[in-house]
Amino acid sequence: MVTTNVAAASALRVHEVRKSFAMPDAPGASRLVLDGISFSIAAGDFVSLVGPSGCGKSTLLRLIAGLDFPAAGELLVDEEKVPGPSAERGLVFQDPNLFPWLTVRRNIEAGLVARGVLQEKRHEVGDFMRLVGLEAFGSAYPHHLSGGMSQRVALARALINHPKLLLLDEPLGALDAFTRMRMQDEVLRLWENRRTTMLLVTHDIDEAIYMTDRILVMTPAPGRIDREINIDLLRPRDRTSEPFLRLRSQILEHLHLAGKIADEVSA
Amino acid sequence: MSNTAGLTKNGSTLPWPMQLAVPVASLITFGIHLLISRNSPPLETHSYMLLFWEILGVSIVLAIAQSFWPALRQWMRHMWPIFTAAILSIGVWDIVTSGLRLLPLPYFPAPAAVLRSLVSDRALLLDSTWHSLVLLLSGYTLGVIVGLVSGVCIGWSTSVRYWGMPLLKVVGPIPATAWIPLAMVVSPSAIVSAAGLIALTVWFPVTMLTASGVSNTRASYLDVARTLGAGRAYLIFRVAIPAAVPNIFIGLFMGLGASFLTLVAAESVGVKSGLGWYVSWAQGWAEYGKVFAALIIMAAFFSTIMTLLFKVRDRILVWQKGMIKW
Repeated sequence: MVTTNVAAASALRVHEVRKSFAMPDAPGASRLVLDGISFSIAAGDFVSLVGPSGCGKSTLLRLIAGLDFPAAGELLVDEEKVPGPSAERGLVFQDPNLFPWLTVRRNIEAGLVARGVLQEKRHEVGDFMRLVGLEAFGSAYPHHLSGGMSQRVALARALINHPKLLLLDEPLGALDAFTRMRMQDEVLRLWENRRTTMLLVTHDIDEAIYMTDRILVMTPAPGRIDREINIDLLRPRDRTSEPFLRLRSQILEHLHLAGKIADEVSA
Repeated sequence: MSNTAGLTKNGSTLPWPMQLAVPVASLITFGIHLLISRNSPPLETHSYMLLFWEILGVSIVLAIAQSFWPALRQWMRHMWPIFTAAILSIGVWDIVTSGLRLLPLPYFPAPAAVLRSLVSDRALLLDSTWHSLVLLLSGYTLGVIVGLVSGVCIGWSTSVRYWGMPLLKVVGPIPATAWIPLAMVVSPSAIVSAAGLIALTVWFPVTMLTASGVSNTRASYLDVARTLGAGRAYLIFRVAIPAAVPNIFIGLFMGLGASFLTLVAAESVGVKSGLGWYVSWAQGWAEYGKVFAALIIMAAFFSTIMTLLFKVRDRILVWQKGMIKW
């Protein structure tokens, strides 16, 4: 069990969070998905959450976003309880989920319109389109965009609200290997420019080591954080360097072992 | 050889057979008419003859113009086979009716007689079309507005759905024309009750499809909007409704088709104007030329309105370009 006592400066603090879902085919029964999750993230940090599929990573992210509520425990953003979804916590999914009926520009503006501040902040729209390199595509509709471009629009759309915390739910998971590596650098650049606190969910260990300051390793059924690994490598990181590969095999071994134990428990 | 040339998109001129198709077809059809109606009074053929001279003239002018005007050529390449077939089928109609007399008179007049009715009664036909248009549009607009509001409410709110859906499922499928006897009693004005019936006709499919579109909005769109700071108004008006628009248009088309039916039925029963009334009035006088003339006007009128709705849809659903197939 990991306990963190740096409560003072943390942008996000998750304390003993539990969540279970009702089983659809067995009324009354429920399945524990998250079992006592605790961690915290300091302002400006880039942290990743790694684990096999089904370990409750996405559920945890939805709880932090305020789209769902925990059964027990606390979620604190800037030491205040998460009351529900808000523009302070941006969320980017694996599917970019752009509104297909809006042009690229209007998709990026959506957050300003939703908060009713389009008039005052309109000048920022151009900045954010430039930030993600899409200034030439303002009037294109999402169905014309490639996967990478769509995800850049989704990032700009989330960032235009200047969220305190940006939650990334496998945002690069659907991209091909080359686009994916390019987009990893792109997201890193956004983070380095803006120092938005970011929490990245991924099942790609390379991605986590390459991009983030700290990795929270989750094990499934029920989801627990059983390891925290600080990545002290200097950026830009070399994916083929010896320390990178050592970390990678260390985490893989750990996950593999945890997976085996979980299989034995369920069997 | 000339066939494959006709199918290539960038030919600098239309192939000869296609250029000649329409003029030849109109000559054939008119020739059939002259042959058949040698004993008919000349009055009957006058407007008919004029029509074919016009078709002949225009088609020759177009055949010449197309070699300078690629857009026209493209259009002609697409439309000419259909025009040719349409003109020839008028000839077939002529043979079947006044030529071989296969169909009983006076119920199936020859094309020339229909054209004469169309021309001689044009003032009343125009007036009837105008009345039908006003009635249709007022009923349709009312039905669409009410249908959109009730559809959004049913689709969005679970409690409205609980109470509204059973009502919709029970009342909606009743054909609006079945309400005619009741509608006549309820409202003193036949026009008002007809507009109400058309509105009822349209209301059902529009409500049904709007509700299903709104309630099937992808949950992730709503989640994204919430994390962007959206309140309820944004979620309804800027996420759920736009997401439902493709569905809403299906409802609008279904409603439009059904509203034609209700319009004509209401006009032939209670309303004393419009194309539906004209048809039953002409039938009362056994003037079947006028009946057919009114049917032709209806075909043109209804298909024009359909086409306009298609244009509106293409405009609003540009974001779906390449995705819609109907």
